Amino acid sequence: MAVTVKTPTVKASPLDVGRIRKDFPILAQTVRGKPLVYLDNAATSQKPRQVIDAMTRVFEEHNANIHRGVYEFSERTTAAFEEARAKVARFINAPSEREVIFVRNATEGLNLVAYAWGRDNIKRGDRIVTTVLEHHSDFVPWQQLAAEVGAEVAVVDIDDDGRLRRDQLSAELRKGVKLLAITHTSNGLGTVNPVKQIATEARAAGATVLVDVAQAVPHTPVDVQDLGADFVAFSGHKMLAPPGSGGLWGRADILEKMRPFLYGGDMISRVTVKLTEWNELPWKFEAGTSSYVDAIALGAAVDYLTDVGVAKIHAHELSLVAYLLPRLQEIGGVTVYGPKDLESRVGVVSFNIEGIHPHDVATIFDREGVCVRAGHHCNQPLMTRLGVPATTRASMYLYNTTDEMDALVNAIHAAKKVFGV
Amino acid sequence: MDDMYRDYILDHYKNPRNFGELEGATHTYHDSNPLCGDEMTMQLRIGDGSVEDVHFTGKGCAISQASASILTEEVKGKTLDEVKAIDRDHVLANLGIPISPARIKCALLGLKTLKGAAWGLTAWPGEEVKTR
Repeated sequence: MAVTVKTPTVKASPLDVGRIRKDFPILAQTVRGKPLVYLDNAATSQKPRQVIDAMTRVFEEHNANIHRGVYEFSERTTAAFEEARAKVARFINAPSEREVIFVRNATEGLNLVAYAWGRDNIKRGDRIVTTVLEHHSDFVPWQQLAAEVGAEVAVVDIDDDGRLRRDQLSAELRKGVKLLAITHTSNGLGTVNPVKQIATEARAAGATVLVDVAQAVPHTPVDVQDLGADFVAFSGHKMLAPPGSGGLWGRADILEKMRPFLYGGDMISRVTVKLTEWNELPWKFEAGTSSYVDAIALGAAVDYLTDVGVAKIHAHELSLVAYLLPRLQEIGGVTVYGPKDLESRVGVVSFNIEGIHPHDVATIFDREGVCVRAGHHCNQPLMTRLGVPATTRASMYLYNTTDEMDALVNAIHAAKKVFGV
Repeated sequence: MDDMYRDYILDHYKNPRNFGELEGATHTYHDSNPLCGDEMTMQLRIGDGSVEDVHFTGKGCAISQASASILTEEVKGKTLDEVKAIDRDHVLANLGIPISPARIKCALLGLKTLKGAAWGLTAWPGEEVKTR
C-alpha cells in the first residue's frame, strides 16, 4: 500500500522530551539489556513521578474513606477527591462538576450508560448507529442491549484509508436513530473522527450522542461542550493516571432522569426498610467506596497534561508519525493500515509485515526492547473489515522520541531477518 | 542463533507438513485462538483404531503453525488411545524452545485441535458457543 505523507503543516515537536522523560522513572529501565522503547500507549500509558507521588501522599499523609468520616483525614481526602473532579471537569470543559462521574475506566462508563440510560430509553425497533472503528467496549454493550430489547444496530463502515464513510453515516442517521455511539479517535488506526459535525447532524436527527473519548482525551484537546455530545467516557490509565481511574461525563438533565447503575453506600440520600432516595449528582452514580486514590492521581495527571499542553502533545505525536511513516514505506513487505497522512489522526500506526504474524513480530520486537501491541486491539469488527486477523500497533505519547522510531524500524528489520523475508 | 525462532521452527512454519484437506477424514475439529486470530482445523483418518493419516489447515503465528506441523508428524500411525494420551508437557518438550506465558496458547492450539478431533468433539468442554 502506498504511503504518501503530507508534511507541510507539521513543525518540529514543540516538546522538551528530554525533560519530560526525566519525570517517568520507568523509562530509565532496560529490557534484556536494551533501553525500554515503550510504544504501547494506546493500551496504557506510563506514569510520571508527579502522579506516583500524589498516590503515595494520600497513603502516607491523610488516607481515610471519603464522604463519611467527620475527622480531619477523611475531610482532607474528600477534599482532594472532589478537587480532582473539578480538575477533570475543567480539563474537558464540562459545564459543571456535578456532571463528572468517577468510574474505573471508559468501559465502566459506557456500560453505565447502557444499563442506566439504555435500558429505559432504547425500545423495540429503535435504531442505534455506531461504527466499525469502535473498541469492543463501545460496541458490545450496544449489541447486547439491542438484542435484549429488540433494537437494531447499524454499523457504519470506513474507507480504505480508515476514514469513516460520512455518506453512509448520514444515510443511517436519516433512517432514524435513537443513539449514536461513536469513537472520537480510533485505538486501532489512530483516525480522528469529525465528531463535532457528526454530533450536530445526529442531534438534528433526534439522536442522543455518546462519544468514546478514551483515545482522544490523552492526545488531543477535548471540549465536551464544543463537541456537542450528551455523554463521553474515558480511562485515566491511558492519560498518565493509574488504572482504576476514569470518567463519565453526561449532560445533567439526562443524568438527573437516569436510574442509578449500582446500588449501595454513598449513592443514597435516605434509606428506609421500604424505600430509598438517591443521592444527588454525581454521587448517585458512585456506589460504594470509590477508587479515590486513583481519582486523586487522575487529578495530578490532569495537572501534568495541562502543564505540558495537550495540543503540544498532539503536535509532538504528529511529528513522530511524520518521521515514521516514510521510513515504514521504504521497508519492503510492510503494509500500513489507516490514515497515510497527518490529517485528523493521532500517534497510532498499525501495520503488518508480510509473511510474519503480528505475534511473532511483537515477540521479536520485545527482544529489541520495543513494546508494541500485536493482536486485534479489542477491534475485531475492524480487523474483519481490514481483512486481517491482527495487526502490529505502535502507539506514541509525549515521551517518545525519533530515536525510538528508529528503534522500531530496526526491530522490523530484525524480524524480517529472523524470518528471512 | 535465535532461541525461539530456530531453523526447524521456521521450516515447519514456512513448509508445514501434512498441510491441507484430508480425503476421507473420519474425525475433524476446528478451533481458534481469538486473541491472535489463529485458526486451525485438524483432520484424522482413523482405521482400525489407529491414525492412518492426519492433516491440518490453519493460519496463524509461527509458533502455532510449527507446533501443529510437528504434532502431525508424530501422531501418524499412533493408536487413538496414544493420541488421547499426549499432554502439553510433551508438546512443549517436542517444540524444544522457550515459550513465554503469553505464547503458550499459540504453542498448544495444535494439541487442543488434535484432541478435539481424537475425542470426536464438536465443541471443547466449557467453551460451548455462548452468543445470542
